[in-house]
Amino acid sequence: MSIVECVDVQKTYHQGKVQVHALRGISLSIEKGGFVALAGPSGSGKTTMLNMIGGLDQADSGRIVVGGKVFENMNQSQIADLRLYNVGFVFQAYNLIPVLSAIENVEFVMLLQGIPADERQKRAKAILDEVGLENKYDRRPAELSGGQQQRVAVARAIVSNPSIVLADEPTANLDSVTGNGLLKIMKDMNEIKKVTFIFSTHDSMVMDYARRIIYLRDGQIAKDKIK
Amino acid sequence: MYENRSVIYFQLAWRNIWRNPRRTIVIMLAVIIGVWSMVFLGALMRGLEVGMIKNGIATLTGNIQIHHQEYRNDPVIDHSITDTREVKAALKQTLPPGARWSFRVRVSAIASNARHSSRVTLVGIDPKHEAAVSFIGQAVTRGRYLGPRDTYGIVVGQALVDMFDTKIGHKLVLMSQASDGEIASKAFRIIGVFRAEMLATEKQFAFVTLPVAQHMLKLNEGISEISIALSNDQDTKRLATALKAKLPSDTYDIDPWWDLLPILNAYLELSDGFVFIWYVVVFISMGFGIINTMLMAVFERIREFGLFKAMGMKPGWIIREVLLESFLLLVIGMVFGNISGLITVLAFSTNGIDLSALAAGAEFAGISRMLYPVIYGMDIAIANLVVLVLGILVSLYPAARAARFTPVEALAHT
Ligand SMILES: Nc1ncnc2c1ncn2[C@@H]1O[C@H](COP(=O)(O)OP(=O)(O)OP(=O)(O)O)[C@@H](O)[C@H]1O
Ligand SMILES: [Mg+2]
Repeated sequence: MSIVECVDVQKTYHQGKVQVHALRGISLSIEKGGFVALAGPSGSGKTTMLNMIGGLDQADSGRIVVGGKVFENMNQSQIADLRLYNVGFVFQAYNLIPVLSAIENVEFVMLLQGIPADERQKRAKAILDEVGLENKYDRRPAELSGGQQQRVAVARAIVSNPSIVLADEPTANLDSVTGNGLLKIMKDMNEIKKVTFIFSTHDSMVMDYARRIIYLRDGQIAKDKIK
Repeated sequence: MYENRSVIYFQLAWRNIWRNPRRTIVIMLAVIIGVWSMVFLGALMRGLEVGMIKNGIATLTGNIQIHHQEYRNDPVIDHSITDTREVKAALKQTLPPGARWSFRVRVSAIASNARHSSRVTLVGIDPKHEAAVSFIGQAVTRGRYLGPRDTYGIVVGQALVDMFDTKIGHKLVLMSQASDGEIASKAFRIIGVFRAEMLATEKQFAFVTLPVAQHMLKLNEGISEISIALSNDQDTKRLATALKAKLPSDTYDIDPWWDLLPILNAYLELSDGFVFIWYVVVFISMGFGIINTMLMAVFERIREFGLFKAMGMKPGWIIREVLLESFLLLVIGMVFGNISGLITVLAFSTNGIDLSALAAGAEFAGISRMLYPVIYGMDIAIANLVVLVLGILVSLYPAARAARFTPVEALAHT
């Protein structure tokens, strides 16, 4: 069963008089529980694609279905709710709210969802332990290394059991050892919790972790490789 | 569920305002100074008012006065109350135990000595009763106050003494029209000199005993006015109405002080407006600071607002978070502003502020020499409401800006 369905998705950005065709008719379907890489050169449309799937940006045409919900039939508030309950995001950097500690960042989404305090704490601690941050609950983001910050971001993205996690170059700011560590954690989470991961990358080492690699070029799918 | 969210908003807002402590303290100081000035200057204006009312009432007006029906239109000797029995009975029946009243003869007269002469108001009083009603009982600073049997004694103000170049023990002649139409004139000896809040009062009034005035003006038992002092000005309206019900309106004219002092009354009606305008003026200068601070705070955190949206926060929630930040700034500033305002008022309320340097101009408007700031609960409430409501209103703009960033542009922003 597929968790994400895209049919002929198009997106054009207008910069003054210049038109940039970021996506030129993308159709794809991603299975539940997948661990999928979006690969491709800079400007090929990876970020745009992830933003479309997460409902952060709107397609000009085409159809996007996430978890059985059709975006074109939804208003902004319903899409926000979909993100709150079903989608986790991990960005390249600055993923965390600077004034909240690691555990508070992880709890934040559950707070918005209205989960009671004791359960929130229990789950936040458990997930931080799983990503290897058992001693860092009360650190503010500024007091964590880049890799640790990204692990908190992954923990936050999956703590409320979303159906998909969208990660836009999660390792781009990390050295290769730290990046590999993060990928391993993401893969573990994918296997243990059956959460679908879609992440973008330039890095062939990162692609090696994926069970499926979708290559983009100039806003189109150039190759779709399933291992 | 709602409670949970409030907690996190509060935590976020509280920590966010301390991210830039210097900026926060500057804007809080602006709120503190603004609220302080609202409280303190509001209290000064109210003090001015209360002083003017007290002055007005004490300077022979009283809370309520009763006259002959025609007296106020034409204050001549013919418009006297010739038979006081009816009024006395009504006063005894109507007024509460704390109320005091005094019967007076009050006419225009010419005072003169060898060198000077001047128009004055000759007031015949019952010394004991008058002392309980008006300022004169406590106002004699040199010589002595009138006694019941002072046939030739007269008490005048310091300013008149200065003007006439005279002193205690010297003679003063008063002339006025008697009830038979003849000019009556009588020589008095100055036995006491009074001081008043206003020089004009010191120049205007000359006090003799009631029987002496009645005899001089051939009034028999007649009087010009009855002045009533109440222990509580709140009762004025009710008691004036009660007296009107008791006494025939074609014979008696009964007025509360605000009808007797129309200029003062007009000023009081305006001054509520002045106080409010003052609040708004103060707020406007403060409001720009608030908008600026909040806009800066919002534009510094564009990325975070993008993150909020990516996590599924709705625009309304973001607006609430930003508003809570300005609410906290405002409330903290207001607490300290009120405290410092009240302390300042308290510091001046026992000893007052000496306005005598300005008195030459001020007394013209009926302002006392000493100003005692007065706090009205309502003024404080309105000042705080103005700051809070307008403060939140002007913060709506930065808050709406924060909520309007689209996640894509916000997340692209570093
Ligand atoms: N907000 C925008 N306004 C205008 N053009 C945009 C905008 N976002 C993306 N683009 C353009 O759309 C195209 C696709 O961009 P996108 O960010 O999706 O590429 P990417 O594959 O993520 O690249 P990178 O690897 O550099 O992150 C690019 O040509 C880019 O310049
Ligand atoms: Mg990108």
